[in-house]
Formats: sequence, structure tokens, C-alpha cells
Amino acid sequence: MLEVRDLHVNYGAISALHGISLDVKQGEIVTLIGANGAGKSTTLRAISGLVKPRAGVINFDGQNIAGVAPHVIVGRGLAQSPEGRMVFANLSVLENLRMGAYRRKDTANFAKDFDYVFSIFPRLKEREQQTAGTLSGGEQQMLAIGRALMSKPKCLMLDEPSLGIAPILVQTIFEKIVEINRELGLTILLVEQNANLALEVSHRGYVLETGRITLSDTAEALRGNPEVQECYLGGE
Amino acid sequence: MTDWFLQQLINGLALGAIYALIALGYTMVYGVLRFINFAHSDVMMLGAFAAFYLTPPVAGMLGEQSVWTALVVILLSAAICAVIGMTIEFLAYRPLRKRPRLTVLITAIGVSLFIEFTGQHEKVFGAATKSFPKLLPSRDIVIGALHLSSNDIVVLVLTAVLLAAMWFIVQRTKIGMAMRAVSYNEQAAALMGVNVNGIISFTFGLGSALAAVAGIFYAMRAPGIDPLMGIQPGLRAFIAAVLGGIGNLPGAALGGIVLGLLETFFGGMPGLSNYRDGIAFAILILILLFRPAGLLGKLQTEKV
Ligand SMILES: Nc1ncnc2c1ncn2[C@@H]1O[C@H](COP(=O)(O)OP(=O)(O)OP(=O)(O)O)[C@@H](O)[C@H]1O
Ligand SMILES: [Mg+2]
Repeated sequence: MLEVRDLHVNYGAISALHGISLDVKQGEIVTLIGANGAGKSTTLRAISGLVKPRAGVINFDGQNIAGVAPHVIVGRGLAQSPEGRMVFANLSVLENLRMGAYRRKDTANFAKDFDYVFSIFPRLKEREQQTAGTLSGGEQQMLAIGRALMSKPKCLMLDEPSLGIAPILVQTIFEKIVEINRELGLTILLVEQNANLALEVSHRGYVLETGRITLSDTAEALRGNPEVQECYLGGE
Repeated sequence: MTDWFLQQLINGLALGAIYALIALGYTMVYGVLRFINFAHSDVMMLGAFAAFYLTPPVAGMLGEQSVWTALVVILLSAAICAVIGMTIEFLAYRPLRKRPRLTVLITAIGVSLFIEFTGQHEKVFGAATKSFPKLLPSRDIVIGALHLSSNDIVVLVLTAVLLAAMWFIVQRTKIGMAMRAVSYNEQAAALMGVNVNGIISFTFGLGSALAAVAGIFYAMRAPGIDPLMGIQPGLRAFIAAVLGGIGNLPGAALGGIVLGLLETFFGGMPGLSNYRDGIAFAILILILLFRPAGLLGKLQTEKV
């Protein structure tokens, strides 16, 4: 479904990604783990078109989307819930969800999809008229995921959904991610610093170190890998 | 006394309505791009000139001083200015989108001077003041000692309609929702599938169309038009936008009205008229001292 080949990204003169390759297959949850500044967000930003890659190929659904404008990429079925959530604080919860469906023409189906989002995140239903800026961090994360789901993506990318959220809510959010994957068969590319949790819910994983993929394996194997255990799982 | 008061009130409201229309353009562009488009007041001037050149041929077809002529002239001028505003954004500001704000600000001043000086060239409009054609039959409405110009009433009513329409567009339509989303976070809006450049273009078009209408209204009340006519009302409207809370649409409308009223009331007081700007601006500074974000603005507290 998503194939990244030899992706290079620069910020000005600084090289952030020096040739990474990864695959995400239909129906999988794949996780990308790595330390601060390794280039995880940069990878997702490049795939979404927010930064232009210097070189490399990004095939999504059989088409190269490297260098394509972000709004076009969303239209092709690749959604992202970005790092730091970026919900529209000045818009209501409902409007945020409508923004997620911005490119869709099938308005008749919106009600059904709102209901689905509200069924996985009932909190959002209670707060649907509130402006998103008044939500708690965890609620904003739910909204960011719900908003991305409203575009009816074929593949969903989540950038650090656990960032700055109370531990109980993190648990809930990860349960929902698994639920979305199972119920909708939605392909998910997950970026996390909380490697423990991420590897628990994923099928496969990649380890990113300063702009390079250094390891790739099944989630199971990565959890058993001594190196990974030491660097990312808090060394047990 | 009450007649004098009512008279000034109507005058002030009509003038303030014009400022409000211009201020909306400043504040909308600030909302999406976070900079002050100094060329906005010149687009207003171009709106007046568009109407100046369009009126004779349109009046030839639809009749002198008819409502239809006025309507067609206003709509055409608004459309022309919308295109001009979008062109300015595309040529001058878009290439600088990733540059520091100051670069864009200086460019805006450059665009403004360019339009003003090109306009003054004898082969373009010329520097001399031209008398603006009568668009509408103007009648004095006399109620007791009160003299109201029918033009003022038209300006007030049309502005109210336009303000309501703007509110509707921004708060109730899909494109308005996208404008608000872009204003909050451009990248997040792009991730939702919004064509950010398209929205910015639309914002310039809308603001410039309103400026054209304001330019025509202003010209209808002024002794004449010239290529520098935008400077004064433009400055006032910019201040109105700041006073109301830059980026805030109802704030811009309110700021415009307040400024129009201050100017008219102090200008109309015997002995004070020479100081009217001084007094108006002193009040403004006072308001901003106590409400730095403007009357309706909220200080930006970004939650990450
Ligand atoms: N806009 C930018 N301009 C310049 N350098 C940047 C920019 N964004 C990121 N970088 C640099 O690129 C590298 C990768 O950053 P990135 O945000 O992708 O890391 P990350 O793995 O997501 O880290 P974190 O876990 O902290 O989110 C870092 O060295 C960072 O300093
Ligand atoms: Mg990151």
C-alpha cells in the first residue's frame, strides 16, 4: 500500500533523512520508533507532502506521490494526525470533524461517519459544540484522530498520539487504534517514542536512528531484541 | 442639540461603515497571512477609478443615475478589484511566503507606492483630482432640522448587508470554515485537504472586492477622486482593524464605526475640528493601553 524508497529530506543545508526505505502493507499496523530528532516526524511530513523530499520515491496505492501537494495526497486517501495534534482551536469539535471530511463530496454519508467517530470517542459527542481549544490534551488527541478518520483514508499516519497525555487516556487511545485497524481494516503507520506501547499493538516495526533505518522486523522480534530493549524499551 | 447629535451620528455611521468595509480586508488578510497588506488602500482607490471609467458606458446602456447602473458599476468594480487583489498576492506576496514577515511588509509598502505613483502618471489616471460621477440620484431627506443625504442611507444599508454577508460566509460556509482553519494553522489545514493557496487567493479577492465597494462609497461622499485618495481612509481603516482586534471580523466592523464616529463628532465640534485626528487617536491609544489586543480581540494563547 505504501512503499518508501531511498527517501532523502533536507531542511536547508541540514540533512534530516539520508535515504530511508520502508513498507506498509494493506491492513497492517507498522510502527516507526526512534529517539528525539531521529527524523520520525520528518518521514511522515514528507509522505504527506508537507516537506518536499530531495530525492526518493513514495508509492502510495501504486502512484508516486513524492512532491505532490499535501491537499492532493489527502484526496488520494492518505491522512495524517500530526505531532502536537494541531486541532483547530478556534473551531468547534464538529467543525474540526467536518474539516477532516473537507475533500469528500459524499455529504450524505457524513452523519454515519460522525456516528462512527462518536462511537469510538464518546467524549467528543458530549463536547461537539465546544471550541476545540477548550478540550483537554487527551480529548484533542481523540479529535485529531477522529478528524483524520473523517477523510475516509485508506491509510492513516499517527504522529506520537501519546504525547503529553495522561497514562489512562494513552491506554484508551491505543485500544482505539487497534479497534480502528480491526473494524475498518485500516492500514496504520504509527510514530511513537513510547516504543513499548507501540510495539505491543503493531505487526511490524522500524527503528530510525538519525535519519537512517537501522532495524526492521516483526513487532514481536523487535521487543525481544536486546539492543532495542536497551535503547527504547527502558532496558529490562 | 439632539438634531445636531443625530446628524453627526448618521454622518459618523456612514463614514465608519466605509472604514469598516476597508478594515475587513486588512483583518482578513492578517488572519490568513499574519501581515498588513499596505497595498489594500490602493486597491480601494482602484475601485473608485474603475467605477469612474465604467459609469459613463454603463449609464449609456442602463440609464443615468439609475439603481441598475449603480449596481452593475459596483459589481464590475468589485470583480475587477478582486482580480487585482489576487494578482498582487500571486505576484508579490506568494513568492515570499516562507520569508520573514518584515520582507513581505516592505514588499507591501513597495506595491502600494508602485500603484500610487503609476496612478499619478499622466498616461494612467493623472495626479489631478477628478470629479466622481453621480451614481445614484441623491436626495436630501429633511426631517425637522435634520438633513440626511439619501446616499448616506444607501451606504449604511448596503454596508450592513455586506457585513452580514461576510459573517455568513466566514461562519457558515465551507470555504469560510477553511479560511478560519488556515488562519489557525496552515499546515493542519493542508493535511485536511485544503488548498491553502486557493484559500489565501480567495481571501484577497474577497477583501479587495469589499475595498472596491468602500472606494466607491467614499468617492460618492468626497469632493473628487485622485490616485492618493486611499491613503487617508486606508490608514484609518488599518487603525480600525487594530482597534477592533486584528484578525477579528466583527472587531474590524466595530473599530471602523468607532473611528468614523470619533472623527465626525470631534470634527463637528466648533473649535475642536482642527484637533479631531489628535483627539481621535489619543482615545485610540488609551483604548489600546487598556485592551492591547483590541476591543474584541483575544490575546493569542496557543495551546500546544
Ligand atoms: N523545520 C525544521 N528546520 C530545520 N531543521 C528541522 C526542522 N524540523 C526538524 N528539523 C531537524 O530534523 C531532524 C529530525 O526532526 P524530526 O522532527 O523529524 O524528529 P523526530 O524523530 O520526529 O523527533 P521527536 O521525537 O522529537 O518528535 C532534527 O534534527 C530536527 O532538528
Ligand atoms: Mg516528531
